[in-house]
Amino acid sequence: MATKHSRMSARLMISPAVLLLLGWMLIPLSMTLYFSFLRYNLLMPGMEEFTGLTNYRYFLTDPAFFAALWNTIALVVGVLVVTVIGGILLALLLDQPFFGQGIVRILVIAPFFVMPTVSALVWKNMFMNPVNGLFAHAAKALGLQPFDFLSAAPLGSIIGIVSWQWLPFATLILLTALQSLDQEQLEAAEMDGAPWIKRFFYIMLPHLARAITVVILIQTIFLLSVFAEILVTTNGGPGTASTNLTYLIYMQSLLQFDVGGGSAGGVVAIILANIVAIFLMRMIGKNLDA
Amino acid sequence: MGRITLDKVRKAFGDIEVIPPLDLTIEDGEFVVFVGPSGCGKSTLLRLIAGLEDVSGGQIRIDREDATNLPPAKRGLAMVFQSYALYPHMSVRKNIAFPMKMAGLPQDEQERRIEGAAKALNLTDYLDRKPGQLSGGQRQRVAIGRAIVREPAAFLFDEPLSNLDAALRVGMRLEISELHKRLATTMIYVTHDQVEAMTMADKIVVLRAGNIEQVGSPLELYNRPRNVFVAGFIGSPKMNLITGAEAAKHGATTIGIRPEHLAISTEGGAWKGEIGVSEHLGSDTFFHVTVDGWDEPLTVRASGEVSLSYGDTVWLTPNEANLHRFDAEGLRIA
Ligand SMILES: Nc1ncnc2c1ncn2[C@@H]1O[C@H](COP(=O)(O)OP(=O)(O)OP(=O)(O)O)[C@@H](O)[C@H]1O
Ligand SMILES: [Mg+2]
Repeated sequence: MATKHSRMSARLMISPAVLLLLGWMLIPLSMTLYFSFLRYNLLMPGMEEFTGLTNYRYFLTDPAFFAALWNTIALVVGVLVVTVIGGILLALLLDQPFFGQGIVRILVIAPFFVMPTVSALVWKNMFMNPVNGLFAHAAKALGLQPFDFLSAAPLGSIIGIVSWQWLPFATLILLTALQSLDQEQLEAAEMDGAPWIKRFFYIMLPHLARAITVVILIQTIFLLSVFAEILVTTNGGPGTASTNLTYLIYMQSLLQFDVGGGSAGGVVAIILANIVAIFLMRMIGKNLDA
Repeated sequence: MGRITLDKVRKAFGDIEVIPPLDLTIEDGEFVVFVGPSGCGKSTLLRLIAGLEDVSGGQIRIDREDATNLPPAKRGLAMVFQSYALYPHMSVRKNIAFPMKMAGLPQDEQERRIEGAAKALNLTDYLDRKPGQLSGGQRQRVAIGRAIVREPAAFLFDEPLSNLDAALRVGMRLEISELHKRLATTMIYVTHDQVEAMTMADKIVVLRAGNIEQVGSPLELYNRPRNVFVAGFIGSPKMNLITGAEAAKHGATTIGIRPEHLAISTEGGAWKGEIGVSEHLGSDTFFHVTVDGWDEPLTVRASGEVSLSYGDTVWLTPNEANLHRFDAEGLRIA
């Protein structure tokens, strides 16, 4: 890809795809933008009128907005921390030779194939339920008071459920990265007198940097829009304790039938997501350069 | 000090015995080369000495101390790998400093040793580069630098030059030999290039299927191979091995004669043959001569300017004093 000529033709050849994607993105985006400047309530059809920035003013001054903003950040960061650290530990474990390795690897990947609604319901009803849940039974067996996860620690519980879903993804990517590490490097470090823990921090972790970056970037995109898990477990409550931006927009436009307000929220979410993306690329994107 | 003794060392992977019980002593300051065909267990033996593999039996002693169960780091040995095994995310300086950092050496001592190694290995200008920005030869020198700064009891090299091109290989060969003369540290060097073995070694260990076939100085092995395998393995081009009636005439099952110990003539001699391919190296010419009635062509060395060509009839005469004779077991007849 070195010559001017080959770069030109490369650009020419990918341009149809780029244009298609651009249109695909631009049409819904401009419609959202357009709706966000309208007073548009589904209960009063045909009465749309231009209101300027009113929708934005209401959305941004709503106390629920700040709660949702913090919840979104807490959810993303919490899940990232759990999945990256847990993923590294699991990958280290699965990289060891042991009996039944193949089956265990498949089992580890399994949660990724469970639909978010299903897994959230299973967690809610079978594990976290304060009366019938497994955790409640375990607590009672130990003579402890059962803990009502979803009302006492709603956001923490959702972080747990979402982490459980994303852990396989992180593990899988980190495991393949770990397996691509040249064994001779580890042996050289061993001869150089590095005990296991130092080999991990000096050799393995730097080798994993790129994979960790990929995990963080991809997961952030999906975690900013977590929705199903909240809908089927806490409905954003109690109060706004587990409402994130996506859920707030849903409430605005579909529970309050306020399409204009919801669209304004959508635009705000897009801007915030882009700010996050720029920050992430600035901070860790350099790891992706070969 | 770096005297290494292997006492009935044995290695098996599962049911497969790769190295049957083997005894070997490597004296302090010696340059020992392990040679042998691919898969004969050279790397395995080296890794046993390094401690990267556990022995299945026997004892390894380093300077009289039992090192059989010591972890690699405690043996005081440094290893240079075929793939260099540099740490890709660290600069050359950090790579070389790594073993000292792990040993907790003071900073100024580290600096001093890095400077010394960099100067000795011509790496001073590259200290702040990453391994990915170096050529193969430079990477190899970094790997050697990383080994030197530890001031080990012995260096272990596993085919360190096999990824380099021919010209560079000759240069690095000299550099490693020079390094050995200067440091006078024990070096164990694995290769299957027998030119490397001949030029660098104080002592060559010829291995076949995990067994030691012969141990000795390069010239000892060249002049008095203990068996047919060593005779055929040491020397380039290979020794001519002749079996059958001609060997029986000399009271042996196999006789061997090196290409330089055959005289070639157009008038007459012991064996009559026809010239096949000839290889002109400038200083020497090697003729492949098919002798009437024998399957294998013989290789003959002649001086550079012999005007013989394909299909010419020639006579070969072996120099009787340099004829090697081997019995039915392949062992040398004195
Ligand atoms: N981890 C292992 N498990 C099972 N067998 C092995 C293992 N490592 C090596 N071997 C076997 O041991 C024998 C010796 O291998 P080794 O790597 O020591 O050969 P080598 O002499 O270094 O060959 P080369 O010149 O090709 O590097 C080979 O037959 C190989 O298949
Ligand atoms: Mg090998």
